[in-house]
Amino acid sequence: MLVPLSWLRDFAPFGDDVDLLVDTCNALGLVVEGVERVGEGIKDVVVAKVLEVDRIEGADKIRRIVVDHGEGPVQVVCGAWNFDQGATVAFAPVGAVLPGDFAIGKRKMKGVESNGMICSARELELGEDAAGIMLLDDALIPGTPVPDALGVAPDVVLDLAIEGNRPDALCVLGVARDLAAKLSLPFTEPKPAMALPEASAEGPSVVVDAPNMCPIFTATRLDNVGIGASPQWLARRLTLAGMRPINNIVDISNYVMLELGQPTHPYDGERLPGGGFVVRQADPGEQITTLDGETRVVGNGEDCLIADANGDAVGIGGVMGGGSSEIHDGTTSVILEAAWFEPMVIARTSKRLGLRSEASARFEKGVDFGGIERAVARFCALAVEIAGATIGARTVWRSRESAPVAVTQPLRTERVNALLGTELDDAAIDGYLEAIGFAVARSEPGVALVSSPTWRPDVSFEEALIEEVARHYGYEAIPRTLPSASGNGGGLTRKQRERRLIRDILCGLSVNEAMTSPLLGPGDHARVGLSEDTLISADKPLVLEESVLRSSLLPGLLRSLSHNVRHRATEVRLFELGPTWERPTEPVAESNAIDRHVTGPSGGLPHEADRLAMVLWPFDAYAATDVWVVLANALRLEKPAISAAAAPVPALHPTRTASVTVDGNVIGLAGEIDPAVVERLGIDGRIAWLDIDLTALQAAPRRSPVANDVSRFPSSDIDLAFVVPDDEAAGDVLATLTSTAGDLLVGAELFDVYRGAGVPESARSLAYRLRFCALDRTLTDAEVGERRAACIGAVEKAHRATLRG
Amino acid sequence: MADNLPDLDAAANDTLASIDAAASVDDLREIESAVLGKGGPFAAAKKLLGSLPAEERASAGARINEARAAVEAAISERRAALSTGERAKLLESERVDLTERRPPAERGHLHLVTQTQQQLEDVFVAMGFTVEEGPLVETDWHNFQALNIPPAHPARASQDTLYLDFGAPESTLMRTHTSPVQIRTMLAKTPPIYAICPGRVYRKDTPDARHTPAFSQIEGLVVDKGITFGDLAGTIEAFTKAYFGADINARLRPAYFPFTEPSAEFEVTCAICRGEGCRTCSNTGWIELGGCGVVNPNVLRAVDLDPEEWSGFAFGFGIDRCAQMFHTISDMRVMADNDLRFIRQF
Repeated sequence: MLVPLSWLRDFAPFGDDVDLLVDTCNALGLVVEGVERVGEGIKDVVVAKVLEVDRIEGADKIRRIVVDHGEGPVQVVCGAWNFDQGATVAFAPVGAVLPGDFAIGKRKMKGVESNGMICSARELELGEDAAGIMLLDDALIPGTPVPDALGVAPDVVLDLAIEGNRPDALCVLGVARDLAAKLSLPFTEPKPAMALPEASAEGPSVVVDAPNMCPIFTATRLDNVGIGASPQWLARRLTLAGMRPINNIVDISNYVMLELGQPTHPYDGERLPGGGFVVRQADPGEQITTLDGETRVVGNGEDCLIADANGDAVGIGGVMGGGSSEIHDGTTSVILEAAWFEPMVIARTSKRLGLRSEASARFEKGVDFGGIERAVARFCALAVEIAGATIGARTVWRSRESAPVAVTQPLRTERVNALLGTELDDAAIDGYLEAIGFAVARSEPGVALVSSPTWRPDVSFEEALIEEVARHYGYEAIPRTLPSASGNGGGLTRKQRERRLIRDILCGLSVNEAMTSPLLGPGDHARVGLSEDTLISADKPLVLEESVLRSSLLPGLLRSLSHNVRHRATEVRLFELGPTWERPTEPVAESNAIDRHVTGPSGGLPHEADRLAMVLWPFDAYAATDVWVVLANALRLEKPAISAAAAPVPALHPTRTASVTVDGNVIGLAGEIDPAVVERLGIDGRIAWLDIDLTALQAAPRRSPVANDVSRFPSSDIDLAFVVPDDEAAGDVLATLTSTAGDLLVGAELFDVYRGAGVPESARSLAYRLRFCALDRTLTDAEVGERRAACIGAVEKAHRATLRG
Repeated sequence: MADNLPDLDAAANDTLASIDAAASVDDLREIESAVLGKGGPFAAAKKLLGSLPAEERASAGARINEARAAVEAAISERRAALSTGERAKLLESERVDLTERRPPAERGHLHLVTQTQQQLEDVFVAMGFTVEEGPLVETDWHNFQALNIPPAHPARASQDTLYLDFGAPESTLMRTHTSPVQIRTMLAKTPPIYAICPGRVYRKDTPDARHTPAFSQIEGLVVDKGITFGDLAGTIEAFTKAYFGADINARLRPAYFPFTEPSAEFEVTCAICRGEGCRTCSNTGWIELGGCGVVNPNVLRAVDLDPEEWSGFAFGFGIDRCAQMFHTISDMRVMADNDLRFIRQF
């Protein structure tokens, strides 16, 4: 909200220290987003009369002008053509410095000397018009400084961001009240220049059928109205506050809203059939053309309509008036609506229609329900003064049941200090609250009965009062302390530490962490070969690209991979830890006590599956299994293994994919991306893939933490090479060796694979090295030989293998 | 006298000549064992000493030792010369250019948001906080209603909520802040609670240089007996100094959030210019970091805690925003691309 300092001064004697005002506003939570200094640099500009206008030989864009600026005739050259002899203009003589440090000097154009400049509104920062020079009131006396003539003294405009709980500060009065209290300045509310007539039966007819939406409605008749432009001072204030002057009556309505926070709506009395109002809920599908020329469909929810006495809509209550009864140049009678609307009704209507106005922005937060009379009086006084109006009869309608009432509530001093950490006494608390309009009554020390002013509907509970005390005491004055936190062991859980370890291990293996969007577009899953049947979609997404929840980390990681390939990375290794979702085929059951307030189907949320996935390019499936082996070992998983996938997995290479298991339970997949998918991505080379159920991984059994003794005796190695058919997994052979070799085995690994001469087609030679060792002795050849024979026998029997000679 | 001894001088001279001629350490070793070994001339001469008359033995023995010492010295000298040369040759043959190498596979990098999150977690963990987590897909109740934001509350308008087609209309959503984790934490644990809740959130928002729809926040929650606004301010200050540095200050100013009362925005000294004023802080010297306040009693009631018995404070701010500030990242959209040219810088 834009607040001119000069306007604030109508209410309290604020000084010239702008920094102090800015700091005070910020400390009160009226955050200053900008400070603009206006009207500076025009003090040298004076009113002048145009005496002569002549053509210049050989020039068709400029003219020779002679003006009188109170010190005799002066010749200038001017490029504007929107005036003639006798016009009254703003003149900057030689030596004047205009806004933007623009110094006026003597110049010569087409041989004609120019001794100053006739100014446009834009050049003086008094308006937007730069098409011609600014034309002034002919009654002004030449030589009068323009700031005096126009009442445009230098001013400072504060741009304030007002929080949602401060509707009182959405007007100059409210800002001034808060500021004056904080700065200990006397705050005075000027009395309206006239007293309003009592409401009477002669007033405009008012029928309110929707008292829950509009519990207070007043209508005031004004006659003999002369529509015209607003006086300079009023137009100037509106402009500084960011509103465009339109005509005197509309401007007065806006002025009152900016000054006092109460939106009002003036109707043309001649164009309001029946000369009165019906306030009702909109019928479904009802249409109304609003002031902005748009035809709007209302009633698809609880919208409040203002209708004429015949019931035809003339405005959307609290949001925007209709075009049919708009004030126009020929308006002579005005009926002024000033009402109070239920904030939630206005909020919903405004949101539903996508229509926000200065009025709706105020009504939806809660306008001062005690300020309607004051606002009407202010409007009437200005209309009499400016538009020559005479005030007619009034109608005031007020719902006994639904009208808002002021809140009175207890405030405990002990509670104030307990929540703030302060040591304030009763008197201090009273002082802070009373300065901003709260009424405090005390019958015993330590407890006050506090009535919130009608402009603070938000202060309806004790903590809100405490916030008011804190604001005016000063947030920065509250002593800073630390809570004890004693007896409360902080720290990461085992799972949290382990997730850090997983990330560190992957980084150690040259894999970079990615974070991809949890939302994808339609087709993103199908493009990489995944089903889209069970995806959960978004309701009214902003963009289609982020409209379904991912069911896999694969699409996002492949997109990031492609991005990097496009930018000429030679290797791309990415991993991500993150959730995925699928629409459950079975109704979701309540999974734990925390979910007792859930609202999904049968009371649950979709299962959030935490996954760990990785893409490596250009690498084959072994790169993925290598990462798994290192990871499994680092996490001390119990019996981690790689075993052939049972059935083809969508998106993955049908003959280059395996399951990864812990203690026999499948927890993920390792392998390669389907070559058809890789080709569709336009990428050359293989893409290795690892996808693990992170929850299962973290829940998997671990090796015993008990240390194994290390032998002091020498160990014995035996090497065994078998010819094994291709359809027997090397890992299974190793498992047979390990389980057969007995408890003296301390190490076993595949160290060579050979295909070619000497080995039959569809088979390969697998060479394993087994290391045996005892804790208490050197093993004899016989002991090792026994185990060797047992291993050979077991492998030959179980895997159709033969020992290679 | 010593006529029956071998001519040691001659033997020594021959030997010295062959030592000089030895071409390698191996050759020298052969000479050494032949001359000084059991079958060599000195050993033979030693054996004959016993046959000499007693009065000659001493001088003969001395002569033998003298000659032997000369040979030994010559061998040692020659060995040193030979091994120096051989080592030099060996070393020369092994010379490599250690810059003649393709770079090794570089370590991987944690996502910048993860790095920032872990640093923040560490600060709070050291202050006695636990780290709590919750789902990214949330219920309207946890995300809004329990936080004192009933349906159609104006505060919802600013959150750009993405609802999901799941369950009743507008019942399931992408969490718009990490505050629902506060609710889950208070439901799952009994106070005292000292917790931070970091995690991703999503808002229906058009990405620009400062915002992406998916981003990360960190939320703090303390619920205990006798917790005050002063404790909140002190905690914010302690965190600020621990994370940004001792010269960084924090300040609070009134603000509005439905879930706290009193509420505040907190600002910290701009970490880029250390308060001098720069482009990042619009020359104010301060950066607005997040929101905080004393937990609204309605929030405590929603999780069945008695506001007269327990009080607490909460605060929250953007992790991405911290990272952006620390590293002066001009366009946050780079995060969503997972571009290695960006990731590898950190």
